[in-house]
Amino acid sequence: MRFSGLKVLTEGLTGNQGWGPHWRNPEPKPEYDIVLIGGGGHGLATAHYLAKVHGLTNVAVLEKGYLGGGNVGRNTTIVRANYMLPGNSEFYSHSLKLWEGLEEDLNYNVMHSQRGIINLVHSDGQRDAFVRRANSMCGQGDDGAMLDRAGVEKLLPFLDFEQTRFPIYGGLYHKRGGTARHDAVAWGFARSASDRGVDLIQQCEVTGIDVENGVVKGVQTTKGPIRAKKVGMVAAGRSSQVAAMAGMSLPIESHVLQAFVTEGLKPCIDHVITYGMGHFYISQSDKGGLVFGGDLDMYASYASRGNLPLVEHVAEAAMTLMPAIGKAKMLRSWGGVMDMSPDGSFIIDKTDIEGLFVNCGWCYGGFKATPASGHTFAHLLATGNSHPTTVRHRLDRFRTGRGIMDEEATGSQHNLH
Amino acid sequence: MRLRCPICGARDRREFYYQGSAVMLDRPGPDAGEVAWDDYLHLRENPAGDLEELWSHDAGCGAWLKVTRNVSTHEIKSVELAREVKR
Repeated sequence: MRFSGLKVLTEGLTGNQGWGPHWRNPEPKPEYDIVLIGGGGHGLATAHYLAKVHGLTNVAVLEKGYLGGGNVGRNTTIVRANYMLPGNSEFYSHSLKLWEGLEEDLNYNVMHSQRGIINLVHSDGQRDAFVRRANSMCGQGDDGAMLDRAGVEKLLPFLDFEQTRFPIYGGLYHKRGGTARHDAVAWGFARSASDRGVDLIQQCEVTGIDVENGVVKGVQTTKGPIRAKKVGMVAAGRSSQVAAMAGMSLPIESHVLQAFVTEGLKPCIDHVITYGMGHFYISQSDKGGLVFGGDLDMYASYASRGNLPLVEHVAEAAMTLMPAIGKAKMLRSWGGVMDMSPDGSFIIDKTDIEGLFVNCGWCYGGFKATPASGHTFAHLLATGNSHPTTVRHRLDRFRTGRGIMDEEATGSQHNLH
Repeated sequence: MRLRCPICGARDRREFYYQGSAVMLDRPGPDAGEVAWDDYLHLRENPAGDLEELWSHDAGCGAWLKVTRNVSTHEIKSVELAREVKR
């Protein structure tokens, strides 16, 4: 089934009886060329690109829960390419370009909205840092422009510019940044992969990884053993548990990050706004809810819910930045389990076990990376070589000290990135 | 969440600073080699159950604490003074 304007029209006139399921629900075969552990955004994107770019369709995605039930359905939907360090710069630039063609590629409305991101400036030092970042962004072929105070006031008149502690002096404006409908991204990739022949197997937990003489042979699951020539681990916050089944220890700590949404309101925030001094960011969903978040709870956690001190902190930051938000009711809050790496950058690499590959360490920035993570991980799985945009994202960079990409320069403490 | 500081008693989480895994107590020697230092600085067992970790009672007595906590339920199993564990 292809989506089109004509299809929407005819279905609308005939009682919407013709819409089928978006993907098949197969039982696992005894053997695949490639098995991916984790049916989240990155795993499903990997499956899509394996099939579409490399023609590999004897592939299974194993998901212990339901497709897209983890972080791809829990994030605050922001898509941007405003990184600076070599490695991250070209990777996120690559990802944003994939986003810009994603809906046509998938024939799926992911509601990608390039509404622009504004990072607020509160000091001369921060302005200097953002000018440097904007230059890097332009240098990588993307866009970044500086706004003065009047420029920010024109776009965001509702902010408190004279707040006592952090008056607003301007902003870094990334016009091609924006948001996308997070669930639709997972569903679009799932539908495309399934249509091309990839088996998406839900309610199938991997309970063991079979390794013989340093070579991966397959996995044990709650639906029986599955042999595989190659296995890709794409398990985000649960990466350490998956890798432990292969006897590996990863440079990852799992932390919870909270997000919040208010009741639906009429359109009032047209952009994504980040308020770094308060560890706060906000945008408005197409449904009208103000979607916002803050920092990690800061201590290791696998509980997909957060603590109250952080709720208080985020609410304080919201009121400081934008006092009008106090009239909105907070509707829901939730948490996602983040795979925090020691330098704040991700890992897409081979492991020491032949045929076993790892994709992890997304910290709290994995959503914007979804297409490029899938695209480059598929490239690695299919060809055995890193994609040009992930050659720096090696697993051994922490051991050797070569190629650390620490955007925030906070050193090797996982929760500080 | 509240932690029972052996010196100050049960206190709110906001009084404490989180450092991470208590592996930080076992600092390798300067010549231990890159594998040992990689283990110490980066690699983590990262269990979804009981974890030994280091907290500092920043807004209280300032003591470093070794806390055993279930990171899925946040149940605190034990709190000890790091200086006594290390002794």
